[in-house]
Amino acid sequence: MATTYQPTTTEAAAEEPVNYLNVEHGWKSWLFTTDHKRIALLYLFSITLMFITGGAFAILVRLHLTQPQGLFSPETYNRLFTMHGVVMIFFFLVPSIPATLGNFLLPIMIGAKDLAFPRINLLSWYLYMGGALFAIFAVARGGVDTGWTFYAPYSTTYSNSYVLTAAMGAFFAGFSSITTGLNFIVTVHKMRAPGMNWMRMPLMVWANYATGLIQILGTPVVAIALVLVGIERVMHVGIFDPNVGGDPILFQHIFWFYSHPAVYIMILPGMGVISEVIACFSRKRPFGYEFIAASSMGIAILGFLVWGHHMFVTGQSVYTGIVFSFLTFFVAVPSAVKVFNWTATMYKGSVTFESPMLYAFAFIGLFTIGGLTGLYLSTMATDVALHGTYFVVAHFHFVMVGGMVVAFLAGLHFWWPKICGRMYSEPWAKFAALLIFAGFNLTFLPQFVLGYLGMPRRYAAYPPEFQVLNVLSTAGASILGIAFFIPMIYLTYAWFYGPKVGPNPWQAKGLEWTIQSPPTTFNFDQTPTVTEEAYNYGPREENYVA
Amino acid sequence: MDADTLGMWTFLITEVLFFGGMFAAYAVYREMFPLAFAATSEFMNVKIGAANTAVLICSSLTMAMAVRSAQISKTSHLIRYLFGTLFFGTIFLVVKAFEYHAKYVEHLIPGPNFHPDNLAPQFMHNAQILFFLYFCMTGMHAVHMIVGVGLLTFLIIMAYRNAYNEHYFAPVEMIGLYWHFVDIVWIFLFPLLYLIGHWHW
Repeated sequence: MATTYQPTTTEAAAEEPVNYLNVEHGWKSWLFTTDHKRIALLYLFSITLMFITGGAFAILVRLHLTQPQGLFSPETYNRLFTMHGVVMIFFFLVPSIPATLGNFLLPIMIGAKDLAFPRINLLSWYLYMGGALFAIFAVARGGVDTGWTFYAPYSTTYSNSYVLTAAMGAFFAGFSSITTGLNFIVTVHKMRAPGMNWMRMPLMVWANYATGLIQILGTPVVAIALVLVGIERVMHVGIFDPNVGGDPILFQHIFWFYSHPAVYIMILPGMGVISEVIACFSRKRPFGYEFIAASSMGIAILGFLVWGHHMFVTGQSVYTGIVFSFLTFFVAVPSAVKVFNWTATMYKGSVTFESPMLYAFAFIGLFTIGGLTGLYLSTMATDVALHGTYFVVAHFHFVMVGGMVVAFLAGLHFWWPKICGRMYSEPWAKFAALLIFAGFNLTFLPQFVLGYLGMPRRYAAYPPEFQVLNVLSTAGASILGIAFFIPMIYLTYAWFYGPKVGPNPWQAKGLEWTIQSPPTTFNFDQTPTVTEEAYNYGPREENYVA
Repeated sequence: MDADTLGMWTFLITEVLFFGGMFAAYAVYREMFPLAFAATSEFMNVKIGAANTAVLICSSLTMAMAVRSAQISKTSHLIRYLFGTLFFGTIFLVVKAFEYHAKYVEHLIPGPNFHPDNLAPQFMHNAQILFFLYFCMTGMHAVHMIVGVGLLTFLIIMAYRNAYNEHYFAPVEMIGLYWHFVDIVWIFLFPLLYLIGHWHW
């Protein structure tokens, strides 16, 4: 630990002011809470467990691929990568930032006591847990082998695995996501403090608002797709059944109508976090604040118009493909606006290198690679070669792990002192950030090469000449796996034993830094009046020590 | 617009997209198999469907009256109109159950037992898609009706306890919005499923 200050227990008890953590005790105070901050922690705990579950499957997948013929049987391998995808997407990535950091911060950032519907917020956690139970049950009984995409007719007719159970899990998790999004939208519209107009809202709030829009518009569509798959599986006839003239490609359309926007559900909140972190550690107003805010909305809207790029080689007409290809290029524009604006924010800023900022740097680099390789895939001619290869796997993981998970960690480190009122070990945090960055690149850069060389995804075996790159990737995954445990350890340690911090350890701007750490149950003693946007940054004060 | 109302409208947007997936599937297959759909629609009982449409429109009227009664603190009227809505909603569901049973008797359930009389053999396959959509869409609508009947029961119990008056009527208004939404879904379902090919141009 960097510090030697350790308060004795009596001293801590005497000094501890009332906050949302110590105001009530006992399991009932958690399971029946309507406090958005406590629900955020319930979510944080749950999604961490699911992250470990999904990560274990990832490690098994990578272990399998160290041998050209694989370690497990092909059937087992199919279940491993499917369960990795289902758990990580529906139970970690989709709820990750909105349900934890968003839940915790969104009301505080706009000067509200809580979300608009606190009880629906709690309901959303129970829906999530219900879905998670279904998913865990499917895992325990042997898993699913359809891939996380549940493509018909394999999922409806041929798969001999727990499709229904896993689909039910995704269905429930979807409704949890809808209720979170609905709550955010209404809260942003109705609960803003006096003076908090739309152009003063923190970019984190803008990002979560845009995410909420996608959640309420996209998620019900995948819900009905999963219902139709489930009915077809039970009744042995249905609208995706080719025997009666049904079209399995229709399933892909309906599925991707949600599942492409869903990747923006996963990345947009991360972009919100990065906007906050970069502004704070560059001591500058985000360059082009309005454009970053508008680009969140732009991504949310354009994201609904690009689903066909998942189907360039699955029997969609070439002309449809051309339109989807063009629109996909178009959605890269708002993403690029964000990256350019973050970079411009740092230009001539007073940049410091605290651990959240290290993650933000990693995010910008990795997200840029992930985003630009997306353009290879939106170009129809190159996609024909790269579709269904490890190039897609690498692209997706650069955005989702290099982007979203890294942003999640950035936010967790940035707001951890606010969440628990204590500071973690900065040297360990920096070490973990560097290790994650190294492990990540070693895992996924070889996969770009593998994909370019033609190694297909989801195959249990590969030609022996690909073994070196696969072993490299597995070595990286091992480093990454270990690196993810380090923050879990020192953040937990800090929760109990970290040195206490004041309301604003980073000297950041924004309403959440004006209240005590940890906050009280209703956040503000009296409703604040907002007179400026959240980014009135100047040089640091003398006493800054971090 | 207060937070409750905005939240309810947001939820209804979600519901539109939930049903929207099935409507999109309907549009695709209707375009792919227009003749089979028209031939299959002959098996729908238009009279019963039309009667049920009328029943639902009546229920929307009583629901609107119920909301108004709550807004002006007339609890006895509120209870009366809520019972009216509950009555019409239940009638709809009972009629629907008889309709489903008739479909079962006529072997119109998609699957191995699907062999309706008097259907041209070239439509035997594609017709199952329309019937599958029919059961999914009206079934999902019926599930929403059942939820609505439960919510109405809740409202009636609360109204007997004098819970609603001109200062507090949000639950009545919210459930009213939901009820009207479910009715509107039916207004689209009825022509799309029952009335195809009953006229020729």
